[in-house]
Amino acid sequence: MAENQAQRLLAGLRSALAEVPLLGWLLGMVAAVIVEYLVGAPLARALGLGRVPLLFGVDLLFKSPLLVPSALAYMVLVYALPVGSVALVTRPLANRAAEKLMVLSPVVSVVVHVAVFYVGLHSWALLNDYRVLVVKLTLLAVMLTLSLNLVNGYMGEFSCSHPGFMALGAYTSSVLTVVAFVGSERFGPPLLPSALGPFLFPLALIAGGLVASLGALTVAIPSFRTRGDYLAIISLAFMLVVKSLIENLEVVGGARGFMGQPDWAGLTTVFVWAVACVAMINSFVRSTMGKALNAVRDGEGAAEAMTVDTRRTKMVTFLFAAFWAGVAGGLYAHVMRYVNPGGFGLQKLAELLAMVYLGGLNSVVGSAAGGVGFMLFSEALRPLEIYKWIIIPVLLILVMIFRPTGLIAFREFDMVSLVRPKGAPTRRRGVPHVAAQD
Amino acid sequence: MSLLRIENLTHHFGGLRAVKDYNLVLEPGQIRGLIGPNGAGKTTVFNLITGVYRPTEGRILFEGRDITGMRPHRIAALGISRTFQNMQLWRHMTVLEHVKVAQYSQITYGLVGAFFGTARRRWEEAEIERKAYSLLEMVGVARWADQVVTNLPYGVQRRVEMARALATEPKVLLLDEPTAGMNPEELKEMIDIIRQVHDRLGMSIFLIEHRMRVVMELCEVVQTLNFGEVIAEGTPDEVRADPAVIEAYLGREVEVVA
Repeated sequence: MAENQAQRLLAGLRSALAEVPLLGWLLGMVAAVIVEYLVGAPLARALGLGRVPLLFGVDLLFKSPLLVPSALAYMVLVYALPVGSVALVTRPLANRAAEKLMVLSPVVSVVVHVAVFYVGLHSWALLNDYRVLVVKLTLLAVMLTLSLNLVNGYMGEFSCSHPGFMALGAYTSSVLTVVAFVGSERFGPPLLPSALGPFLFPLALIAGGLVASLGALTVAIPSFRTRGDYLAIISLAFMLVVKSLIENLEVVGGARGFMGQPDWAGLTTVFVWAVACVAMINSFVRSTMGKALNAVRDGEGAAEAMTVDTRRTKMVTFLFAAFWAGVAGGLYAHVMRYVNPGGFGLQKLAELLAMVYLGGLNSVVGSAAGGVGFMLFSEALRPLEIYKWIIIPVLLILVMIFRPTGLIAFREFDMVSLVRPKGAPTRRRGVPHVAAQD
Repeated sequence: MSLLRIENLTHHFGGLRAVKDYNLVLEPGQIRGLIGPNGAGKTTVFNLITGVYRPTEGRILFEGRDITGMRPHRIAALGISRTFQNMQLWRHMTVLEHVKVAQYSQITYGLVGAFFGTARRRWEEAEIERKAYSLLEMVGVARWADQVVTNLPYGVQRRVEMARALATEPKVLLLDEPTAGMNPEELKEMIDIIRQVHDRLGMSIFLIEHRMRVVMELCEVVQTLNFGEVIAEGTPDEVRADPAVIEAYLGREVEVVA
């Protein structure tokens, strides 16, 4: 009897949760952050944690495993319960709000959702500098993973030059901002008033992206005439060439690295760029022009016979991917405020490839999951130091054996259907369905 | 003016002469056949027409325009579409996506539309999708629209390929063994589809076939190719009775007796 009742209760809860729109979950997230601000520190002390667990407790996993149960309890009390209960309670309200927004305009609705998400993320991160840094690096990881997935997943080639593109973007934008706004012994006084800096910073990033695209062109021209291993070999060589070029370029500090970048890559800036990157790539791969990329991968001859300009498609995609790698590299340089060529070598390549193949090929959702998952995992493994680089490849091999296309392959976002209100169809009356096809 | 005109086409693979002095005149709305034993060079002729290979000698005129040596996607966009002997579907893509991608050359929203999702893109994509569905319905596979092609039965895959070829809006359709590997039931359906497509869209069709029945039912004129050379041309009945053709397929009687 009791079992039956529990089952019914669980089923009821599940169907209620199914009616929670995305907006409800986001409100829950904001609520959880507020709870953490109010009771996080005392609760952590009471649980014997000393301080608030910084990254959902994953950072404690190997550092002090005995604390994991307490961290788990903290997660349930501070995150799971508030998120769940607020999502449940605000369900009717959130549905009505989502419906109103949708009637207003799907675009407005998407913007509002992203904004609410950002408010939650930002306040969560602000509790601690370490969180801010990890969130920034995670957003950059998502950008890099997604842009690499464009080539290695959607286009089905194997490119190794992403760290090289990152380096080109990082150094180009760093030199631009330092010369124009900071000045240094070598470059002399700044050329422009630093008040203009934050406004011109996007231009420096775009310039970095364009230089990376230019680099991509030099890889693409010799390697896209044929298929197969050529791109892998040439792009690997390109990455190594860029690295040793910078190492020997004394004007940017050579192997010692280059520092003094202005502190303009705040969380908001990085977030806005990451959203722009994901939105643009997602939009591209969902268009028929983007689908042509899959056709090139699955059968170039047939694609060509079906009017697809395969050379142009491959070129555009590769340059586009390199552009975003360059922008992410530029942001990275301004987040760390220091870059050195050693950071753009084989290890970075291994990380990026791991994120792409773990997350899932040919998948925007998978790239996001791969970027976030890998960053969390890599923070968890940090106490193991060098052994991290034994565990990660082993994990990658296991994924390749058991899920060759990665965890979440072949999935893109449809923002408009994500933000749609949920629940009984009667409640959804009046919501325009025109946008559903897009 | 004939739609497709091929003059003295010759092609060598290294020392091997695959096609020699091949000529063709295809009129608008005509259905023509190309038969011949295995290895006679039939598919090579298709690959030459569609630009996969550049011919060693000769020229190909489409609507009076010399298309010899043009890249395949441009030839396809001009109005010559094809199917493949082994289909060459895109294995990770859905049926609908196949027919949408084949409309690539008709897209005008450009990279701006692809990256930013403009109003023009929304409108064009809706149009592409509408046309894709109407083609899928025409060949009778609309209910599989959202399925990945690899999961579908062979006969359905063949029709998807036909819809994909039609989506490029061809004036000439080249069919490379459209009924290969089909049972009699599927064969009959495919013949119906080809005839229906021809009647409704009014294009010229040039097809490679092994089965005499298909050729007899569909083609007005048939060419027979052997060792890269045309050995007979005429109505299906004439060609079937031609001693040179019989010899090419069955060998000479003396040898059989001996």
